[in-house]
Amino acid sequence: MTEKLIPRDGLFLYFYPMKRILVYGFGNPGRQDDGLGPAFAEMVENWKNAAGLTGVDTDSNYQLNVEDAQIMSEYDLVVFADASVEEHIRDFLFDRIEACDAEVKYTLHAASPGYILELCKEIYHKQPETWLMHIHGHEWAFKEGLTEEAQKNLQLAFQHFCRWYQDLKS
Amino acid sequence: MSKKITIEPVTRVEGHGKVTIHLDDAGNVSDSRLHIVEFRGFERFVQGRPYWEAPVLVQRLCGICPVSHHLAAAKALDVIVGAGTGDGLTPTGEKMRRLMHYGQMFQSHALHFFHLCSPDLLFGYDSDPAIRNVIGVALKHPDLAVQGVMMRKFGQEIIAATAGKKIHGTGAIPGGINKNLTIEERDSFLKGADPMNIEKMVSWAQGALDFFKGYHAANRDFIDNYAFFPSNHLSLVRKDGALDLYHGVMRAVDAQGNKVLNDVDYQDYVKYIGEEVRSWSYMKFPFMKHMGKETGWYRVGPLARLNTCDFIPTPLAQKEFEEFRAYTQGKPNNHCMHMHWARLIELLHSAEVIRDLLNDPDLQKNDLVKKGTKQSEGVGLIEAPRGTLFHHYKINENDQIVMANLIVSTTNNNEPMNRSVNFVAKKMMNGQKEITEGMMNAVEIAIRAYDPCLSCATHALGKMPLEIALFDSNGVEIDRKKS
Repeated sequence: MTEKLIPRDGLFLYFYPMKRILVYGFGNPGRQDDGLGPAFAEMVENWKNAAGLTGVDTDSNYQLNVEDAQIMSEYDLVVFADASVEEHIRDFLFDRIEACDAEVKYTLHAASPGYILELCKEIYHKQPETWLMHIHGHEWAFKEGLTEEAQKNLQLAFQHFCRWYQDLKS
Repeated sequence: MSKKITIEPVTRVEGHGKVTIHLDDAGNVSDSRLHIVEFRGFERFVQGRPYWEAPVLVQRLCGICPVSHHLAAAKALDVIVGAGTGDGLTPTGEKMRRLMHYGQMFQSHALHFFHLCSPDLLFGYDSDPAIRNVIGVALKHPDLAVQGVMMRKFGQEIIAATAGKKIHGTGAIPGGINKNLTIEERDSFLKGADPMNIEKMVSWAQGALDFFKGYHAANRDFIDNYAFFPSNHLSLVRKDGALDLYHGVMRAVDAQGNKVLNDVDYQDYVKYIGEEVRSWSYMKFPFMKHMGKETGWYRVGPLARLNTCDFIPTPLAQKEFEEFRAYTQGKPNNHCMHMHWARLIELLHSAEVIRDLLNDPDLQKNDLVKKGTKQSEGVGLIEAPRGTLFHHYKINENDQIVMANLIVSTTNNNEPMNRSVNFVAKKMMNGQKEITEGMMNAVEIAIRAYDPCLSCATHALGKMPLEIALFDSNGVEIDRKKS
C-alpha cells in the first residue's frame, strides 16, 4: 500500500480532486532545516507535475504574512508546512488547524496558520479546511541544505501527505 | 531592595526582544533597557565566499526585509566591479532596482501601519488586548484590513517581478540587474483589475494618511507628547537634498536642524560612524564619531529621513511633507509617534515613485549591467524601511570576501529605542506596584513606532532559547539563563 503512495510513474494520474488545494511551505532555506517548509512544497510541486495533477497548487515564502489570508480564500483546502523545533515531534506531525485569535501573540515575524485562517475568515468570509505539517528540524545555521535527519523527516512527512491525499480522493 | 520587571516578548514587533524595567525601593523606575539578540555570526559566515554570491547570501539574514539586504549588498559590489556608487549603473539597471526597492518600502510601510500600528490607534493602547490586534481591526473596520492585505500583496508582487522570486531573489547582481520588466508585467501593475493597480494604491495611501491625520487631530496630546525627546537624525539624501530611499549622500541634522554630517560620501562611513559596545546588550550602539558616544547617537527611519531631506520629489508626498514640516515650524520633528505620520508620507511617495517608474520605457530596455575596473573594497548604503542599512565588503585577489561589516537599521535605532522605552517607563510606571496590560503595551507602543526587526534571520529562532544575563549596579554579571 505504502509503495503505491510514493509518487512515481504517474500513479496519481487518476486522482482528480474536486477541491482546490494549496500546499504552502514557509521558512528560510538559507538557515538549514528552517527550509523544511519550502522543501516540502517543492516536493509536492514536483510530484504534482510528474503525475499531471490538476487542482493542487504550491507556494512558498520566508514566513506567513497577512496577504496569505487572501491567497487562502481562493482554496477549499490548505496545507501549510513548517519546520518545527518542538521536541515532542519526533519526525513530523500533521495537524488540523482551527481559526484562532485567542492565542495570538502577534508578531508579523511569526504569524501562525491559525491566525492567518482567522484573518481569512474575518476579511474574506472564507474558512478553508486547513492543516499544518510540522516537520522536525535539527540545525539552523546560515547555510543552505537540509541536514540528513531533516531530509528523512521530510520524506516521512511527504509519504504521509500522499496517503492523506489518497484518502481524501477515495 | 530593587525590583526588576521583565516584559517579553515584545509583541507586534518583527522578531523578539526583551525589556527590563528596574524599580528602586520607592517603586520608581530607576532604569530600563531594551535587550535585543543580534546575530553577528553572519559577517564571519560570508568570509571566504565569492563576492558575487553576497546579494543572494545576505537574504538569509532576514525574512522581513531581504530585499533591503539584497540591494545594499549589490550596491557595495557595484563598487567592487567598477560600476560606481549607486548612480553609475545603466538606466535600466538602476530603475529596476529602484522599482524593487520602492515595492519593498510600499509593502513594508503598509504592513506596519495597517497591521501593527492601526490597532493601537483604533482601539487605544489601554484597550482590551483581545481585540487590540488586526483581527479586531478586521471585525470593526474590514475595509482597512482588506486595504492592508492588498497593499502588502501589491508590493510583494512588484518584488517578485523585479527580484525574480519571493525567496532568495536574484534580480540585483554586481553592476546591475539580471532582468528587465516585461510589458505584461508592467501592465499588470498599471492596469490590473481593481484593486490591484497602482492608481488604487496611490489612492489608498492617501486614505491612510487622511486616517492618521484625523486621529492626530482628535488625539494631539497622545501623538505629540508620547515618548517625545530631542535627537540627531541621519539618513541618505539625494545630492540636491531630495528624499531618496535608494541612493544618496549621508546627512545628519541635530535636534535644532543644524547639519552635523554634511552630505558626505558613504564610501567613507568608517570615518564618521562608530559602534559602541555595552556590557548588557548584544546589539551595538552606533554614534557619529566627531560628536562622541554621549551626544553622537542618532535616529534613522522615516522620521529621520523627513528631518534630513529638503523636499520630496513627487507632488502628492511633497504637499504632505510641507504640512508635516510646518507642524514643527520647519525644525526637525522629534515626536516619536510622528514616525507613523512620516511613514505614511513615505508610503504615498513610494506609490508615486512606483507609478512613475512603471511609466518609464527604460524598464523595458536590455542594457542591464555595467562593469569597469575591479576594486578590492566597496560600501553599499540604502534606506531600508526601518532606516539606513550599511553593507561593507573587502575581497582578495581570488575574489573571495575577506571582510564584511553590516550595520542594520534596528542597530542604528538602538539608543533612541532605549530612550523611548525609558521615557515611557518613567511616565507610566513611577509609583506603580503592578504593571497592567495597558502599561505593558504603552512601552511596546514606543518600540513599535520604530518598526524594529529583531533577530529575524529565521522564524524558528523565535522558538529557540533566548539567553538572558543579569548584571548588578557595578556591571557584574550575577545570573545567566536560557529561556
